[in-house]
Amino acid sequence: MAAGTGSGSTVSAIFSPVRLWLLLPSWIVIGFFLLVPVLLMLTYSFLTKEFRGGVIWEFSLASYDQFLFDRGLFGDEAPVVKWTYINIFIRSILQAIGATIFCLLIGFPTAYFIATRPIQSRTIWLFLITVPYWVNLLIRTVSMKFLIRDSGPLNELLLYIGLIDAPLHVINTNFAVQLGLFYSYLPFMVLPIYASVERYNFTFSEVASDLYASKVTILWEVILPVVKPGIIAGSILVFVPSLGAFLAPDLLGGAKTFMIGSLIEDQFKGNAGNWPFGAAASMILLSLVLVVLMFYVRAQNKDQT
Amino acid sequence: MTSAVSLHDVRKDFGSLTALSDVTLEIEDNEFFTLLGPSGCGKTTLLRMIAGFEGATAGTIRLFGDEIEHLPPNKRPVNTVFQNYAIFPHMNVAENIGFSLRMLGWTKLEIQTRVDEMIEMVKLGALVDRKPSQISGGQQQRVALARAMAPRPKVLLLDEPLSALDLKLRQEMRTELKRLQRDTGITFIFVTHDQEEALSMSDRIAVMSDGKVQQIGTPFEIYEHPNNRFIANFIGETNMLPSTIDTVEGLNLVCQLEGGQMLDALANCDNIPGATGVLSLRPERLSITKTEPTGKILKGELGDRVYLGTDTQFIVKLSAELNLKVRMQNSFFQGANYKTGDTVFVTIADGAARFLVD
Repeated sequence: MAAGTGSGSTVSAIFSPVRLWLLLPSWIVIGFFLLVPVLLMLTYSFLTKEFRGGVIWEFSLASYDQFLFDRGLFGDEAPVVKWTYINIFIRSILQAIGATIFCLLIGFPTAYFIATRPIQSRTIWLFLITVPYWVNLLIRTVSMKFLIRDSGPLNELLLYIGLIDAPLHVINTNFAVQLGLFYSYLPFMVLPIYASVERYNFTFSEVASDLYASKVTILWEVILPVVKPGIIAGSILVFVPSLGAFLAPDLLGGAKTFMIGSLIEDQFKGNAGNWPFGAAASMILLSLVLVVLMFYVRAQNKDQT
Repeated sequence: MTSAVSLHDVRKDFGSLTALSDVTLEIEDNEFFTLLGPSGCGKTTLLRMIAGFEGATAGTIRLFGDEIEHLPPNKRPVNTVFQNYAIFPHMNVAENIGFSLRMLGWTKLEIQTRVDEMIEMVKLGALVDRKPSQISGGQQQRVALARAMAPRPKVLLLDEPLSALDLKLRQEMRTELKRLQRDTGITFIFVTHDQEEALSMSDRIAVMSDGKVQQIGTPFEIYEHPNNRFIANFIGETNMLPSTIDTVEGLNLVCQLEGGQMLDALANCDNIPGATGVLSLRPERLSITKTEPTGKILKGELGDRVYLGTDTQFIVKLSAELNLKVRMQNSFFQGANYKTGDTVFVTIADGAARFLVD
């Protein structure tokens, strides 16, 4: 990663006149189908809601107001911060952090293991990691629900071998949601870390050992700092979709673990049917993700100077 | 006094492959000792075994009399300068040099003092705050050296540390390494495939090939009295003339070349008349003339020449299959007077011919 500081000027000049035209389709598709929906959401969040979906083209801050305050910022009484949605938001962040840590704890050793196999078998291991992801996310989440329910295979197995006396209540807990998110996004953690560890020069570990570092110290002071870009990339790739996820919280978490993703989903699909409010919640979520990414970029830049 | 490093009957197998066998070496304290050999001869494996990265299949390795076989690398008072330096990319120069001291639990002040000392020693003054990506290969080399020497190891292992540098820098670093070794009194074990490096820096050299030590001796001994054909060929250049022993007088022999010519030669072991082997003749111990001189000479036809700056190397055809390389210093020799196809006489310096059995 240290060498990745090249600017555009290093690109061969032969391609420059052609480059613009070759990139044009990408610019059009990305510009139109990625940017326009976001701008649309941004616009919607400042419009007035129509009952049962849709919007009225009339400027309004009502959605943001509804999200953040109880009695209304523009009413007669003093505004009071409303915690309902903010709490959902905070819970979502905590859940996403939990899922990210879970993925990291399992994903790092996995990636390290794969990256240290002989080169021919690495492909097979990577392949095995991605196999479950050929199945639709919904199906996978439902299977997870089946697996961990009170009378599911997990509990039956644990009861059978006598590790527990009564079924473990996993379903409809925070842990179940994190388990679901973990299952959904593990490869996003494993693959970037794998790429980093694969590039890691194992002579560094030998040098550190030669210079009196213990194995634990080598891990903390040499391996982890050197493969940090992979860990950060993996964490972002897990954290961001976990934050907005609604399948795992809906299916595995039950009512208690209502997350921001489900809240937004409800506004567009469900009975609530409040498009501007859903759009506003999305924008707040987006801003938060942007802040996280900015910290990441800044950390990367600091590392390279 | 006990040796710094003492290896006894050391053997290393990788599966069914034997990387090293019968290695017995005594490396003295304060010595600049070189392991010299072509790639794949086992020299780096031997170094890694002393460092603790590889275990010995059989035999004992002692460090100042203590057996160290059971100790992991981080418990051995030896440090290594690795071939590709492997400077920690996330630490600056000072942090790299101080790493081992931090591991050993030195105080901040002690570390600071020692790091300053090392930076002074390898002349890296202005670069303390730089990251490894911001310094040149030669500077990285110095950081690697300082980092390995900071904890005052009893023995410093160097694994081809100069091979990645360009020629000028490499020559500079030779003098520098020799100076560091002399000033610090640390035992250096230096691995290289470059015979010039080995000859110019070492107190003693162990020449290795095929996982075995072929000869141990001072640079002079190795060059002037090679034990066998491999060494004569590997260290410097030589001519090998097949010959048969005619008479034996101690280590002084008279040998007969294939053309029937008789030559005096020195042997490195006892021989009997009639034994066959080769005569090793160093090109620089031969000279050519157009007029026939007195003494032991060989006659031939002048072939191609290679101009080497300080020297010119001539090929002299003694017979259809037998060519002789002769190296003449350009300072006195008028090479221009000699044309391809001329008949020339080759004079052999006294004591230049070595008889080698194998």
